[in-house]
Amino acid sequence: MTSITSNLPIVTLLPFIGAIFAAWASSINRLAPAWVAAAVTVIALLLLAPSMSQVFAGETLIQSWSWIPAIGLTFAFRLDGLALLFAILILGIGLLVIIYARYYLSAKDCMGRFFAYLMMFMGSMLGIVLSENLLQLLVFWELTSLSSFLLISYWQHRKDARDGAIMALVITGGGGLALLAGVLLLGNIVGSYNLSDVLAAGDLIRSHELYFPTLVLILIGVFTKSAQFPFHFWLPHAMAAPTPVSAYLHSATMVKAGIFLLARFFPVLSGTPEWSWLVGGAGLITLLLGAYMALFKHDIKGLLAYSTISHLGLITLLFGFGVQLAAVAAIFHIINHATFKASLFMVAGIIDHETGSRDMRKINGMFKYMPHTAVLAIIASSAMAGVPLLNGFLSKEMFFEQTLMATAETPLIWVVPVLVTVAAIFAVAYSLRFIHDVFFNGEPIDLPKTPHEPPRFMKIPVDLLVLLCLAVGIIPMIVVAPILEVAVAGSLQTAPPTYSLAIWHGFNIPLMMSILALVLGVVVYMFRERLFAWHERKIADLDARIIYHFIFNSITKLANSITRSFDKGSLQNAIAWIIGTAFVAGVIGFMSVSSPVLGQRELLPIDGISMMAAVVIIVASMMTVVLHRQRLVAVVMVGVVGLIVALIFVKFSAPDLALTQLSVEIVTIILLLLALYFLPQTSPKEIGRLRISRDVFISVISGVGVMILSMAVMTRDFTPISDFFLANAVPGGGGTNVVNVILVDFRGTDTLGEIVVLALAGLGIYALLQGLKLYAPVRDDNGLKWTEDNHPQIMQTLTRLLFPLMLMVAVFIFIRGHNLPGGGFIAGLIAAVALIVQYLANGIAWTAERLKVEMHKVIGMGLLIATVTGLVAMGLGYPFLTTTYTYLTWPVVGKFEVASAIAFDLGVFLVVVGSTVMSLVQLGKLSDASHKQQQQQELK
Amino acid sequence: MHLAAWPVFLPLIAGFIVLLVKAKGLLWQRVISLLVVSGLVILSAALIKESSSGIHQVYLLGNWVAPFGIVLVLDQLSALMVTITSVLALAALVYAIATGTDKNGAHFHVMFLILIFGLNGAFLTGDLFNLFVFFEVLLLASYGLLLHGGGRLRTKAGLHYVIINMVGATLFLFAVGALYGILGTLNIADMAAKVAVLPEQDLALVAAAGLLLLVVFGIKAALFPLYLWMPIAYSNTSAPVAAMFAIMTKVGLYAIIRVHGTIFGDDAGSLAHYYMPWLLGLGLLTLMLAAFGVMASTKLREQVAYLVLASVAMLLIGIGLNSLSALSASLYYIIHSTFIAGGLFLLADIILRGRGSFEDRFESGYAMPRAILIGAMFMFGAVAVTGLPPLSGFFGKLLILKASLNHQWFGLVLGVVLVASFLMIITMARTGSQLFYDVLPAGETDDESNNNDISGESPNRVSIFAVIILFAMSPLLVLFAQPITAFTESAAKQQLDSKRYIESVLSKQAVEAEKE
Amino acid sequence: MEWLLALVIGVLTSTGVYLTLRARTFPVVLGLTMLAYGVNVFLFSMGRLTIGHPAVIDPAIGNYSDPLPQALVLTAIVIAFGMTAFLIVLALKARCELNNDHVDGVDLAKDELPLEKNNIVNQQTQQSTLIQQESKE
Repeated sequence: MTSITSNLPIVTLLPFIGAIFAAWASSINRLAPAWVAAAVTVIALLLLAPSMSQVFAGETLIQSWSWIPAIGLTFAFRLDGLALLFAILILGIGLLVIIYARYYLSAKDCMGRFFAYLMMFMGSMLGIVLSENLLQLLVFWELTSLSSFLLISYWQHRKDARDGAIMALVITGGGGLALLAGVLLLGNIVGSYNLSDVLAAGDLIRSHELYFPTLVLILIGVFTKSAQFPFHFWLPHAMAAPTPVSAYLHSATMVKAGIFLLARFFPVLSGTPEWSWLVGGAGLITLLLGAYMALFKHDIKGLLAYSTISHLGLITLLFGFGVQLAAVAAIFHIINHATFKASLFMVAGIIDHETGSRDMRKINGMFKYMPHTAVLAIIASSAMAGVPLLNGFLSKEMFFEQTLMATAETPLIWVVPVLVTVAAIFAVAYSLRFIHDVFFNGEPIDLPKTPHEPPRFMKIPVDLLVLLCLAVGIIPMIVVAPILEVAVAGSLQTAPPTYSLAIWHGFNIPLMMSILALVLGVVVYMFRERLFAWHERKIADLDARIIYHFIFNSITKLANSITRSFDKGSLQNAIAWIIGTAFVAGVIGFMSVSSPVLGQRELLPIDGISMMAAVVIIVASMMTVVLHRQRLVAVVMVGVVGLIVALIFVKFSAPDLALTQLSVEIVTIILLLLALYFLPQTSPKEIGRLRISRDVFISVISGVGVMILSMAVMTRDFTPISDFFLANAVPGGGGTNVVNVILVDFRGTDTLGEIVVLALAGLGIYALLQGLKLYAPVRDDNGLKWTEDNHPQIMQTLTRLLFPLMLMVAVFIFIRGHNLPGGGFIAGLIAAVALIVQYLANGIAWTAERLKVEMHKVIGMGLLIATVTGLVAMGLGYPFLTTTYTYLTWPVVGKFEVASAIAFDLGVFLVVVGSTVMSLVQLGKLSDASHKQQQQQELK
Repeated sequence: MHLAAWPVFLPLIAGFIVLLVKAKGLLWQRVISLLVVSGLVILSAALIKESSSGIHQVYLLGNWVAPFGIVLVLDQLSALMVTITSVLALAALVYAIATGTDKNGAHFHVMFLILIFGLNGAFLTGDLFNLFVFFEVLLLASYGLLLHGGGRLRTKAGLHYVIINMVGATLFLFAVGALYGILGTLNIADMAAKVAVLPEQDLALVAAAGLLLLVVFGIKAALFPLYLWMPIAYSNTSAPVAAMFAIMTKVGLYAIIRVHGTIFGDDAGSLAHYYMPWLLGLGLLTLMLAAFGVMASTKLREQVAYLVLASVAMLLIGIGLNSLSALSASLYYIIHSTFIAGGLFLLADIILRGRGSFEDRFESGYAMPRAILIGAMFMFGAVAVTGLPPLSGFFGKLLILKASLNHQWFGLVLGVVLVASFLMIITMARTGSQLFYDVLPAGETDDESNNNDISGESPNRVSIFAVIILFAMSPLLVLFAQPITAFTESAAKQQLDSKRYIESVLSKQAVEAEKE
Repeated sequence: MEWLLALVIGVLTSTGVYLTLRARTFPVVLGLTMLAYGVNVFLFSMGRLTIGHPAVIDPAIGNYSDPLPQALVLTAIVIAFGMTAFLIVLALKARCELNNDHVDGVDLAKDELPLEKNNIVNQQTQQSTLIQQESKE
């Protein structure tokens, strides 16, 4: 169909590349970025040119590539009349703005940043109008919000700029999210996100149950972007941006993005009462509000901003009528507004630039200082006022006509036309004010600069735009008709209705309304002083911005209070939540299926000793709780509990566990006592019944829960995988102690992880205690002084005798481990205890000089051995940690079997010894040191 | 044939080698860690390639067949997680070395490598109790790393983190124990097989244990109301560690996908997907709270922590939507959120160093060195993390929202997600303008800054490079969205097809060995 | 018997939970230790209870106790030990860096009373002075 198949994506992406170049170019020469930007824009226009003929021939170009099929996102572009019109506006006015900005920006403004942002914006804007895929359109939509944020906050040192930028982002970005939701729904209704499909599915959409939410969401996006009531207030605050930005984004292009979307979706969303009420209503209110407010702004850009809002409202209202001819008028007015408003902003910029002020109460009588600019301004603002022979007049006529026709057979027969005329009156008044206040009305009042004509090139863009206003106004058929024709066709997706662009339609009501507006406008302007006074008294303070700030602040407050009330930074709070949640989760899970709590498995009889043990352990635990503030007692109680637990393991035929439990118990208690030396001996009493009772409640329910859970399981029968272990321990693992075989063979990886944990604990403790100065208490909390009588004689000699014995026990336990209760871990702990006892009895120094082993190395070696046994297997072509074994016969020990697992167990042994000794000795050293220094204190 | 084993055991071996060469000084340790971690990145590529065949690679540790021995299972999901971990680890390590974080205390590299050992083990193991062990390994490593360097706040944060996780470990054991007590097995695949044929009167206990397990993983993944440990821990540790923590929350999420997804899959009878509504509901709740937290944060690192929380919430929602497309979307989002979160933590540290005595508190300070570059990077990160176009965050969000449209709660999901991201967008805009635009003119001093030195240090190139590695992933995720989403989709398909998982784990034969 | 054990498990757990919810580090350590006991016995009991048949292969006897939970508990004990040791030292570090042993590092939480002074302080100090004299000799 088309000779060029990929110029649209290039046109769209070119500005983004241009942005990078612009930013980079500023390092070469201050003005280079401007040239880059201009060049990019021209190239984009040239690239677009070849496709124009086809569009004018009525074709719709679509260029599409696959991107994320999962969500129907294609990299797709579309060029029809509507897109073409907007593309030309964006690029054409963009080019003029670039030329203008190159002279507008002062020496201290960074050109690179400015033009980079501007290019980014241009690209995003082109992306919106050229996108075929709606999701892709959304990407560019949010990008315009971002780049406008950057452009508004360009003068970042100014607070109003920063705030205005954030406000703009909040409103337009938020609208973008609403639009996202709307588009997602729309695409889901249609089953595709490609415009071609969506535009073809109008009836389906309008009749769908989700039509209304979809419409509302999309309209929020539209209204926020196009500054429609009630989202209009961000636009005046965006005027903190450099004037070229205002001219480009906030009159000609970005604020038109929403309008563009109205035009795009006109065929599929319009034609329902919801559409008319929402769109029309918002448009009408905005039209009036903007026109009224504009008159009372003393800041030139403020006036223009509100007049922009008003004109956008006018266009929206036209689309709201929902008839094709109205759409024609709307699109026509888009063109006209873009031309005269852009030129007016540039004029405002010139005045600001040359006088150093934007306050119309100061800037007066500019005509004799800058006649050329004045003439341009007068023409442009007459166009804005809708004076005949200018483009504004034509579209305004059409607008009046449509208003009358659209409301002809509705109850609003006269309301809307009257309101529209009122708006027009104000439009005339503020246009008049712009001319009269600035260029006549006496002499300027203490301006920072003495005004004069701006540099030649700053006016050229304005010249061109104003010429355009005249040309369209006088010879519309030649200048604007063709593009308007295709644009309308592109929007309506059908052949446009018949309409006439003639300047003279005879004496009809629209003409009357125009004349009325012009006359009354002048009158209103006459009485402005009184109006201003009245406005100051009554209206001036009413501003949607106040509501915005109120909402903004209250959300922030809410966020703060919620966050802080949940995230208190209190550990007890966190743990209470976790345990509570766990309990609730368990209960919910249990309730989710209706099963009996207990099973039918027959239970073991209770014997006296067990009863006794149970009583002891329960009492001991209770004591721990009751006496937990007396810490030493509590430790003893915990020790008792631990012992009974070991007994439980013995009772229920788990000797390995009993041994382990016992040895761990000893080491833990030593650790606790060592720690207690540095900690307060008692805890302060906790008051606050609520907290206590909450904790009691939580602990009781969790205890009961666990009890029921364990009972529920124990009373049920099950078939565990353990028979395999019992069957294969000897033939497969070469050991009769199944538990040990599981640990070192069947589930060796667990053990590997376990010793890694242990090693890390040792290393971690080492790291923690590095450079830590613990001060030892001179006395305990009862004022009792610590005794200095360490290393008693008998104990020293005894332990030195015991040491080799204990080591032998360790070795024995280790060797037999594979077949009888025991194993590397228990042996390790025993050896560790043996060593620790030496430290306790003889002091660190004595032992250290006799035990010249660096514990880091021991741990490292242990891990090494354990892992290497695994790696060997790999070398032999078996998976990691595969074991093998054979039998040896030694004289004394007799026939025993060496499994490669033994080597693994040796690793375990070493790690246990290493990390246990390391952590305890580290602590011991500290206490030793602090003890010494504390003694010195005592001596002094 | 050992492909599945290497990512687990390579870091372990490296870990204790580093420990043994401790005497030789830091340089050796750095070289070894760098080599190993870069090796892991390459290895991960091999894993991805191997796994994309769509067949489960089962590795029998100790050459004992499942369910009796412990198995490692390599599928697309685990391969993906391992890959993410390796890349993230590389960046974090580079940053740690560049800023000399590893000098501030003992055994940084050992713990770092062991952490990777734990992570990869957790991602690859097919055995529930073994998963517990690997959790403990990575936790203890993370304790050490979290506290690395010391400092009051860090110690307090560490105390909370350790205690809460010990409670979590206890819960884990209760859950595993109960499951074993009913099902008599520990292998995930075997559990799933047993649940499918479980008599009605035993289901309730399994259901209870399942939700208990969900709480355990929920603590790791940081979902409401279990996330209280997270903001304080993440915002007080050293930057490279915080960056690594970006994957730690994902471990919890992974565990939910793997364990619950398999055991309570389609064949689980009345328990099939019974936990999903809870996931979705809590995810939505967490997202709102996270957004509020982002607004309420008083310093940048806290804010980033809450942003991570938000990304976790998004993932919970994605998983909770319980559909192929949603799971695939979540996997895409995991890649995005992990890298961006990691990068943001590093960037926050650069900013903190750059602002001198103002650190990362939200108050106007002096312009930091290289403000333009860092500001641009911050903008990039903020856009990515708040899910604005054109970066991966937007597309990840889009994928999840699109998937939500078929769920009956789609209105709620759309509303919550969009409101939350709206709040985060405006907050990040405020933050950026606070940190980079609203700067005091140089020379002027105010009360709390004139007594201590206010000059921030200029970031070194390497540390910035580390951030760029991570941020670069975001545009790549967008450019190569098609292949990546294709991969995540097939990974999700493979994960949801628990039948295939079960049979390929249980049917794996041992290597023939001649044992007498 | 099962009921008895279940009861013990329940008591251990609830005491553990209560102590873990205390405001000072040391009781929390004790609490976690109790919790560990509780969960270990629970895990062990998941293999059902057997009396007098340790899982050591011996052709003479037939039915053994379930070895797998025992192996698991053994691992659990070791891990709990490592964790506890680490936590204890961390508590010390916290005490000397935060100058108190409150889990949140605040000196005295609003729901705590200051330590009431012991009324027998003076006589103890007398004793301690005696000890001093002895040690001098």
